[in-house]
Amino acid sequence: MIYEHSRVGRRAMAQAPSEKVDMAGIPDAMLRTSQPPLPEVSEMQAVRHFTRLSQKNFSIDTQFYPLGSCTMKYNPRVCNTLASLPGMLSRHPLAPDTHSQGFMACLYELQDILKTATGMHAVSLTPAAGAQGEFAGVGMIRAYHDDRGDKERSEILVPDAAHGTNPASAVMCGYKAREIPTGSDGDIDIEALKSALGPQTAGIMLTNPSTVGVFEQRIKGIAELVHAAGGLLYYDGANLNAILGKVRPGDMGFDVIHMNLHKTFSTPHGGGGPGAGPVGVSKRLEPYLPIPMVDFDGNDYRWLTERDRPDSIGRLSAFAGNAGVLIRAYIYARLLGREGMHRVSEYSTLNANYLLKRLMETGFDAAYPERRASHEFILTLKKQAKELGVNTMDFAKRLLDYGVHAPTTYFPLLVPECLLVEPTETEAKEDLDRFVEIMRTIKQEAESQPDMVKQAPHTMPVRRLDDVRAARELDLAWKPGD
Amino acid sequence: MPFIPHTEKDIREMLATIGVDHIDALFDEIPSELRCGELDAIPPGMPEMEVSRLMQTRARADGQPLCFIGAGAYDHHIPAAVWELTTRGEFYTAYTPYQAEASQGTLQLLYEYQSMMTALTGMAVSNASLYDGASALAEAVLMAVRGNRKSKSKRILLPRNLHPTYRRVVHTIVCNQQIELVEVGYDSVTGSIDRAELERYSGEDFAALVIPQPNFFGVLEAVDELTDWAHDNGMLAIAVVNPMAMAILRPAGEWGDLGADICCGEGQPLGSPVASGGPYFGFLCSTGKLVRQMPGRIIGKTVDLDGKTGYALTLQAREQHIRRSKATSNICTNQGLMVTAATIHMTLMGGEGLQRVAAASHANTGKLTQALTSLPGVETAFKGAVFHERVLRLPIEVTKALRALAAHNVLGGFDLSDDYPELGDAVLVCATELRNNDDIENYRGKLERVIQSQVQTPCQLKPDW
Repeated sequence: MIYEHSRVGRRAMAQAPSEKVDMAGIPDAMLRTSQPPLPEVSEMQAVRHFTRLSQKNFSIDTQFYPLGSCTMKYNPRVCNTLASLPGMLSRHPLAPDTHSQGFMACLYELQDILKTATGMHAVSLTPAAGAQGEFAGVGMIRAYHDDRGDKERSEILVPDAAHGTNPASAVMCGYKAREIPTGSDGDIDIEALKSALGPQTAGIMLTNPSTVGVFEQRIKGIAELVHAAGGLLYYDGANLNAILGKVRPGDMGFDVIHMNLHKTFSTPHGGGGPGAGPVGVSKRLEPYLPIPMVDFDGNDYRWLTERDRPDSIGRLSAFAGNAGVLIRAYIYARLLGREGMHRVSEYSTLNANYLLKRLMETGFDAAYPERRASHEFILTLKKQAKELGVNTMDFAKRLLDYGVHAPTTYFPLLVPECLLVEPTETEAKEDLDRFVEIMRTIKQEAESQPDMVKQAPHTMPVRRLDDVRAARELDLAWKPGD
Repeated sequence: MPFIPHTEKDIREMLATIGVDHIDALFDEIPSELRCGELDAIPPGMPEMEVSRLMQTRARADGQPLCFIGAGAYDHHIPAAVWELTTRGEFYTAYTPYQAEASQGTLQLLYEYQSMMTALTGMAVSNASLYDGASALAEAVLMAVRGNRKSKSKRILLPRNLHPTYRRVVHTIVCNQQIELVEVGYDSVTGSIDRAELERYSGEDFAALVIPQPNFFGVLEAVDELTDWAHDNGMLAIAVVNPMAMAILRPAGEWGDLGADICCGEGQPLGSPVASGGPYFGFLCSTGKLVRQMPGRIIGKTVDLDGKTGYALTLQAREQHIRRSKATSNICTNQGLMVTAATIHMTLMGGEGLQRVAAASHANTGKLTQALTSLPGVETAFKGAVFHERVLRLPIEVTKALRALAAHNVLGGFDLSDDYPELGDAVLVCATELRNNDDIENYRGKLERVIQSQVQTPCQLKPDW
C-alpha cells in the first residue's frame, strides 16, 4: 500500500511548482481546512511501488492471454509512440479547426477505413467504449422508429448467449430486453425468433460470429425476418476480428454496428480501458449518428455538430470520445493496410482452429464439435467436472501457475463448465503448442492430485480470494490506521 | 507479415493438423454470396517509418499554439514518471482484472485510486472510474433517481451555468428513461446559481440538484447553502467538481450539514494530457449508503485462503455481466489506464503538490484577468470569486477576435457566444500553472492589437506583426 511509505513532510519535491502561493480572492469559508490526505512519498518510492505493482499483473506483453471475446493481441508499440507526439498530446479539444487539420485528417480517414471494412454507409467515432457504442446504436434504432411515429415498439431481442452489455444497453435506451434461445448447433433458434417477432419488436442485437464462436449461417434469413417485422438489426462488433476482410456486417443486412477498436484495431486494454466503440450505420440511420463527426470538403476538415446534424441522438462525452485511442487505431490501420485486414481474420481463425483441433486430440471436448471455429472456440469441461470434481474455475486458476492467463470462464452462460478460448493472430505456433501441453498436464494433475488443482493457484502473489468477505465487509478505501 | 509470426512451415503444419488445404477453407461456413471482395478503398499497408513520417507531419500541422482555453480540459504539468510507469506493458496491455490472482497490480492500484479520490473529495466511497466527466454526471443522475428513497420523481434540477456539453450529454444518456431535466438560471451579477429562481422549486418533488464547483464560468458556488437546500427539499445533492479545485476547496463530502450525496467530475486534470479531449476518465464518489446504486467497477480489500491481504472486484451483482438487463448501468470497460496515471500523479504530487498547482493556476488566471482587463473595453463579466477560469467581455466581436488571435498562434479562450448569447461578446479564459508571465504578456499584447485593428480601423488590412 502506497500509504505505508507515506511520512508527514516527505514529498516528491521536483514535481510541483516551487512556490506556494496564497489563494487570494477566495473567501476563507470556501477553502479546505486541511491538506487532502494523499500519500507523501519520494519520487523513487513511488516509482518502485508502482513498478512492483505492475509486476503483479499478467499482460499481453508478458503472458499468453487467450481471453475469449476480448481479442488480446499484440498492441504495436509504435501506435503509442506516435499517438504521444507532442503535437498530439498538447492539442486542446476546443482548439479551432485551423489548428486541428492534422488531427481531423486522421479521424476522417479512420471513419472511411472503418466504413469500408464493415460495409456501412457512415461512421461516427465518438462512443468511448463498446457499451457506449451499443447505447448509441440502440438509441439510433429508437430515434428511427420515433421519427416515423412508430412508437409502439418496446422490445429489443437478444440471444441468451449475448454479452451482458446488450440487454443492459437496451434497457438504458428505454426498451425491454427479450431473450432468444440458442439452438443445439450454436445458431439462433429460428422458430423461437419467429414467435418472438412482432409489432412490438424494435430490433435485434446479434454478434456474428456469435459468442459461442461460430458463424451464424442463416444471417440473411434472420435479417429478412426481422426487417419484415419492422425491426432493425444491430451488430455487436465484439468478434469483428474473425471476419475482417472476409464478410462485412453491412453486407449481412445489419442496420447499425459498433466496433471495439481495443479488440480488432489493437489499441491497448489498459487494465480495463480506455476503449473506443465507433458506430456505423446504413443509410436510413445516418441522420441519427452521434456527434461530433469529421467532414472534409476537399480542402479543409471540420467538425459536424448539432448545427449540421439536427436529428443526431446527441453527444456522448464532453469532447470527441477517446481521441487518443482513435489515433492509435488509425496508426494500426495504416500499418496493416487493406491486405493486412485479411490477414487478421485469416491467422486468428487459423490459430483458433489449430488450437481447438489439438485440444480435442488431447481429450478435451468442444462445445460445438461439428462446427468450424471462428477466431475463438468453446471447450466444455463438464466431463472433467463430473468425473474428477475439478471444474473450469480450477483449470483456469491452475493455468495461472503455468504462466498463462485463463481463457474466459463461464461465459456464455448456456454452455456448462465452459472455457472461451481466443488465441488471436499474433501468437506463434509454438506458444499454442505450449498451451496444449499445459492443458494436458493440468488434466493429468486433475486425475492424480485433484485437490492440488482445486487449490490453485499456488505461485501467484495471492491465493484464491474471499469474494464473499469482500462484498460483505466492504473495505473500498484505505483509512489512516489500516 | 506485420505482427503475425507464422512461417510457411508453420502454416503448412497447422493446416495439415486441422485437415484443410488452405486458410480460406476455414471460412467455409460463411455463405459465399456474403463474402466481400478486396477492400480497395483502404490504402495499402505502410512500414513503420512511413507511418512515423505521416504522423509527425500531422502532429506538426496543428502547431503548438499558446493555449488559454480550459472549458473542461486543463493543461497541467504531468511528472515524467507518471507516463513512464503507466505505459509499462504490464499496465498498458493487461485487461479488466477478472482473474484476481493474476491482476493484483491493477486491483491494488485501483483500490489506492479509490482511497485517493475519497481523500480528495471527502466522500465515503469511489468507483474505479467511468468514461469522462460528462458521462459520469449522466450516471450520477441515473444513480440519484434510483437511490433517492424520499422522492418518486424522475426530475433533476440542472443549472444553466453547468458546462453546456455536460448538459447535452446528460440529456442524450438519460432522455430515454423519462427523466426530466429542469434548468435553473444563473445570477447575471455573480455568475452563480440564481437562488431566487431556485427557491421557486422549493417544496417540489425532484430527485436531485446538480451543484457545480466551480461552475462553467469558473465561479465558485455557495455549496453549503445549496446542499442544505437540496436536502431540506428531499433532493440528493450531486456535486460536479474539478478534482484540482478539491485540493484547495472544501471537499464535497463536507458541504453543508450532511455533505453531498454523490460527487463526480472529469479526472483529466489528474495526469491526463489534454490530447484532443481523450482518453480522460470520469470519477464517481458517493456516500456509503448509495454504494449499491453505483455503476461501474468497484474494488474491495479482502483476504486469500491463507489470510493474506488481497484485492478483488466486488459488489459485482450491480454489473451487466452478472445482472444483464437489471444492472445499474451498461458500462463494462472503464478508463483503467488513465486511472493508473491519475493514481501515480496524485502520489507524486501529494496533497501539497496539488494545492500548489491549484493555487498557482488560480493566481495565474488572476494575473491574466488583470492584464487583459487593463485593455480598454475588456471587463470581467461576473463578480463572483473564481477558481482558475474567468469570463471576460470584449469590446469587439468575440468570434472574430479569437480567430485573429489564433492566426497569431494564441488560443484566447472559449467563445461563449453560441451557448450563452445573452452574455454578448464573452470569452472564458484559463491560465494554469503552465502559463507564465511572458505568455500572459504575449496574449495581452496581441489582444491589444486585435482590438485596436478592429475598433479603430476596421477597414484596414491586417497589421503584420
